[in-house]
Amino acid sequence: MPHINASQAQANYDVIVVGSGAAGGQSVYTLAMEGVRVLMLEAGRNYDPITETPMFNTPEQAPLRETPTPDKPRGYFDATVDGGWEVPGEPYTNATEEKFQWWRSRMLGGRTNHWGRISLRNGPYDFKPYSRDGLGFDWPIIYDDVAPYYDKVESLIGVYGANDGIENCPHSSEGVLLRPPKARAAELLFHRTAKELGFPVIPQHRAVLSERMNSRDIPPRLHPNNPKAARILAAEMDRRLACFWATPCDRGCSIKANYQSPTVHLPPALATGNLDIITDAMVRSVETDSTGRATGVRFFEKTTGRDYTVKARVIVLAASSMESVRILLNSRSPRHSQGLGNSSGLLGKYIMDSVGTNLAGQVPALENLPPHNEDGAGHGHAYAPWSRYKEQAEGKLDFPRGYYIGTRVSRNMPNVRTFNFLEGTTQGAYGRRLKEEARRYYGSFVAYSGRGEMIPNENCFVDLDPTVKDRWGDPVLRFHWKWSDYEYKQAAHMQQTFVDLITGMGGTCLGRPIDPTGKKAISVGGQIVHEVGGARMGSDPLKSVTNKYSQCWDSPNVFITDGATFCSNSHKNPTLTIMALAWRACDHLMDELKRQNL
Amino acid sequence: MKTTDPIQRMSRRDAIQWMLAATGAVSFAHNRGFAQKGVPAAKGYGLDPNLLEGTVPWSRTMSEAQLLLTTRLADIILPHVDNRSPSASAVRVPDFIDEWISAPYPDQTRDRKTILSGLTWMDAESQRRFSKLFVDLSPAEAEAICDDICHQAKASPAHLSGARFFTTFRGLVLGGYYTTSVGMKDVGYVGNVPLATFDGPPPEVLKRLGIEKQPW
Repeated sequence: MPHINASQAQANYDVIVVGSGAAGGQSVYTLAMEGVRVLMLEAGRNYDPITETPMFNTPEQAPLRETPTPDKPRGYFDATVDGGWEVPGEPYTNATEEKFQWWRSRMLGGRTNHWGRISLRNGPYDFKPYSRDGLGFDWPIIYDDVAPYYDKVESLIGVYGANDGIENCPHSSEGVLLRPPKARAAELLFHRTAKELGFPVIPQHRAVLSERMNSRDIPPRLHPNNPKAARILAAEMDRRLACFWATPCDRGCSIKANYQSPTVHLPPALATGNLDIITDAMVRSVETDSTGRATGVRFFEKTTGRDYTVKARVIVLAASSMESVRILLNSRSPRHSQGLGNSSGLLGKYIMDSVGTNLAGQVPALENLPPHNEDGAGHGHAYAPWSRYKEQAEGKLDFPRGYYIGTRVSRNMPNVRTFNFLEGTTQGAYGRRLKEEARRYYGSFVAYSGRGEMIPNENCFVDLDPTVKDRWGDPVLRFHWKWSDYEYKQAAHMQQTFVDLITGMGGTCLGRPIDPTGKKAISVGGQIVHEVGGARMGSDPLKSVTNKYSQCWDSPNVFITDGATFCSNSHKNPTLTIMALAWRACDHLMDELKRQNL
Repeated sequence: MKTTDPIQRMSRRDAIQWMLAATGAVSFAHNRGFAQKGVPAAKGYGLDPNLLEGTVPWSRTMSEAQLLLTTRLADIILPHVDNRSPSASAVRVPDFIDEWISAPYPDQTRDRKTILSGLTWMDAESQRRFSKLFVDLSPAEAEAICDDICHQAKASPAHLSGARFFTTFRGLVLGGYYTTSVGMKDVGYVGNVPLATFDGPPPEVLKRLGIEKQPW
């Protein structure tokens, strides 16, 4: 009986996991597969990608032809339920002039249902950034600590990509990565032009099955002394089909060809019989006893309108970086007067997002190409990794850290905005000529976007709003945000590189004028939805919230397995690292359970 | 619900703004003689609609006269010129524009004002130049007006508001047309079908781009 109501919960669990996304999914998988009795709490509704995904639906089958609205900010078919930049009844506030936007969803699997699936490893440099340039903070771990877990996660969820020998882009072990899909027409120009400009373009890494999973070899490798777990995983892997190169990943995938928690992490965990899931369960706080030790969590069940407390030996917070911080800040007690885990005063501090900016162009070489299907795996098949470490070391760049360049699909399914540029590019065509120009220009637009590393700063943090409460009466987060010159200069460099790329392939830049300062081109904080930090890990309890196993210093039976523990936010998308660290944290958790330390 | 909830406050404020905006557009249109069917509903499809069904919960609001003018202009922008593809109205673009401007969201409410006042402007301009409604103009007469407003960057000050309308209107015609299966076929979008393998661009495309060898 895996999906239960609050009233059916057992009196005591080994572990309660709060959240069902990448971190929660990985946490319950690791624990339940090894025999730990787990309760998962998800604030949103149950969600089934098999039956709910609008596979192959066209814009004509959606209101406003699928155009984004405040109700569905990423478009009608986007797999976000009851969320977006605002969640009704669950506000957040901004204290600073610079705003922070917080994307949430309220559904089983959380944001894994719609995310871009870009799955890049942090490299050795990314765990020791302070040692390299004196900015920000080092992690208490090194790449080698995480490398085995990257291999495990990639093997479990399925990631396509290649080992390309790029500095600070670590290789996966032999046989771990799936075949990368071929580059599309515009990506071939991207590759050629970048080469001329002196930087590489290589296959993107994404959590999409470009081929069937090896269900014979992977399960025993992931669960060497656990035949039951290996058997369950093998059966679940066989239920996942390979990508059939159609229908966008951000809708989710009913054939389980991409990674989302409800199709990849949760089915095997449920099949063990060790996992109970309560959806519509909004966690308010972690409960503690007089010694400061966590005893359980208190949550509000939306379907019954009642509060419940469930007990467990260990609490794992995986509610998303900011929500986990909020739960901790709201878990005040005499022993934890400033919130649970906040004796260092660092809870909520040094939050980060990625630096983002983009630029579109029109490229004559791509005009009037013979029609061909380039849907592929949905998002870009190619990207330009950061490769300017040498220039940076020689002092030739005016900003620290790096960024990668991603791209979009040029011949994608037309949407309402696809031909927005035609007035300018055709000097106002209408009539017969407009139709001809639409045929000519379709597929000739390119766009590049950068994802860069910000330096954590003391102006970026969350605390509890002193007055505003959510609909259940709990204080909400108040965001404080300020980019620094490091980020502006990086965004400006991205813009210039995009201009070089677009003009280098004979194209023309479109849209707003190029911004040499980066201040207008840079994304709003949170907009890239890579928000991490707020409960950083470390080796000193006075300077960190958790130890190197994501375990709270102040309350050792509380773990945080989402992005809150990040000490830095490398330009690589955080999700793969979140999952690797969640697996590692749960391995440690189980070791400590066995040693009777928890 | 507590009044301290800023999102709740915003929703009410937005709703009022949308209503005001809509009402403003309606009375403006009324003054110019358009009979109005209705105003947009205050609510959209919500944050958890059925993605497989895709029902539009609001009613269309254009009057018959507005729809006629919309149809005429849409077919001037994307006409039936050969057997390769039909006109805008043949794939129900006017109905899409009606759906669009009747929607209760901020972007659409803004476009509603632009479109409805623009339709009024088109008739006023037709009356001024040819003493007829736009729908009664000859093709050459209609073209004369469209030529003046088809490119904002080159429009004279007297035609600027018409040109702004034309930009929005053409955008909706393009959006409505090329999101249909007919429009997708016309520009050569051939995806959204399952494939056994993804092989990258075909040889003739590689040749056109001068790519001799795929990098991977």
